[in-house]
Amino acid sequence: MKKIRERINGGEWLLSDGAWGTFFQKKGLKPGECPELWCVERRSDVLDVARRYVAAGCDMIETNSFGGTRFKLDFFGLQDRVSELNRAAAAISREAAGPERHVIASVGPTGKMLLMGDVTGEELFDAFREQVVALEAGGADSVCIETMSAVDEASLAIRAAKAHTGLEILCTFTFQHTADGGYHTMMGTTPSEAVTAALEAGADIVGANCGQGMEQMIDIVREMRAAAPAVPIMVQANAGLPRNVDGVDVFPETPGMTASWVGAALEAGVGIIGGCCGTTPEHIVAIGQAMQKWKEERT
Amino acid sequence: MSTVLEQIKENLMKGKANDVKALVQQALTEKIGAADILNKGLLSGMGVIGERFKKNEVYVPEVLIAARAMKAGMEILKPALAAAKVEPRGVVVIGTVKGDLHDIGKNLVGMMLEGGGFKVVDAGINVEPAKFIELARQHNATLIGASALLTTTMTNMKSIVDEVKSSDLAGKVKVMIGGAPLTQAFCDEIGADGYAADAASAADLAVKLAK
Repeated sequence: MKKIRERINGGEWLLSDGAWGTFFQKKGLKPGECPELWCVERRSDVLDVARRYVAAGCDMIETNSFGGTRFKLDFFGLQDRVSELNRAAAAISREAAGPERHVIASVGPTGKMLLMGDVTGEELFDAFREQVVALEAGGADSVCIETMSAVDEASLAIRAAKAHTGLEILCTFTFQHTADGGYHTMMGTTPSEAVTAALEAGADIVGANCGQGMEQMIDIVREMRAAAPAVPIMVQANAGLPRNVDGVDVFPETPGMTASWVGAALEAGVGIIGGCCGTTPEHIVAIGQAMQKWKEERT
Repeated sequence: MSTVLEQIKENLMKGKANDVKALVQQALTEKIGAADILNKGLLSGMGVIGERFKKNEVYVPEVLIAARAMKAGMEILKPALAAAKVEPRGVVVIGTVKGDLHDIGKNLVGMMLEGGGFKVVDAGINVEPAKFIELARQHNATLIGASALLTTTMTNMKSIVDEVKSSDLAGKVKVMIGGAPLTQAFCDEIGADGYAADAASAADLAVKLAK
């Protein structure tokens, strides 16, 4: 299989998938339940989500392994099942993706802060190593280290994947719009600082995910593009910030709204677009159509 | 203001825990009152950090290291505060609601509350409504601070509000809420006493509610 990086550099634009967590909630995942455990206990439901995104036209899909490090699984007493659950997660997505599409296996933050001495760098590295090795064994060809806010933690995850697997490495950070008009992660990192650090650690593709919606991704992509002119960039935006309407969470961005910003994001230099919390296969279809339209108008 | 208090404040803002510790000791040796060391030194420094955090001039790491420096200073100051009978502004029980395992935001709120002169009882993550109430009763708290980061768990906040209202703590304990997906509208809807958009604002809100 050709590397994602080579495909983007060869002039392709690729479509990634949308939300998994909010999809599981619709399928009955309850608060306090471990989503990753569904890889073995509700396998067919997880496979269904993966298949829905394949059917939406994705060139790559993620895996149900966002909280799959031992630090996160520890909350559920599942810290000894890291290998089993991550292998299962990757195998499900590979089953849906087939040999042609990419499986970009999800790796989220551990919730531990190096800065405060919660953990050592060695412990974090080791936890990421354990997870990414299992994801590769399960059939992933890439790892998507995502929703990162601390550069040190992201770098350790990248280095663990680089040293212990042959996976292609994507790394995305989550930014918020700040009072100075710019964007920062919770830890104060700017898009250009995040890109620089991720590339230095060995990432192949960088980007932004989650956040406050598709429109804001355009500025973030511009800043990343300026900091790293040649590297492929991915965005996976939330469908806006959720609002609670009569006890039900509603993500305000419709597929049409999300799609309306796709052209500008492509102009800014993004190579891969997908979705995050609140996005559905319908959002992904709409993004795919907008990408197609943009490509046709461009030539 | 005495120079040593200024230095405590400056060093706390820079997160220099060891220097803050030594300076608090020096202030005590200079016979500066424990309440002054607390209010004009430590809390004053945390107040500035809180303001800067609200304006996005500093981020989580700066708050964390300042709070750590404050904690170091408090260790030295605690016996003097007890001897001088300086009471905290109030007791707040904080926790992340049932079903939610996020703790960074909740911890930040705890640090800011301590920086605002409150005693904080941390109930942890995934906290049942009954646990909030039990701890509030046990520690004679006047405030409960509930955090939720997930849209799926924010609805559990209503249970806390309802249980407080139907218990003997009704009218004595107020409930404040916060977390990324929350809004003032949600707060009004569930009948909580206050909502804060960030950790520094949570400390301001606690001061207001504690009056």
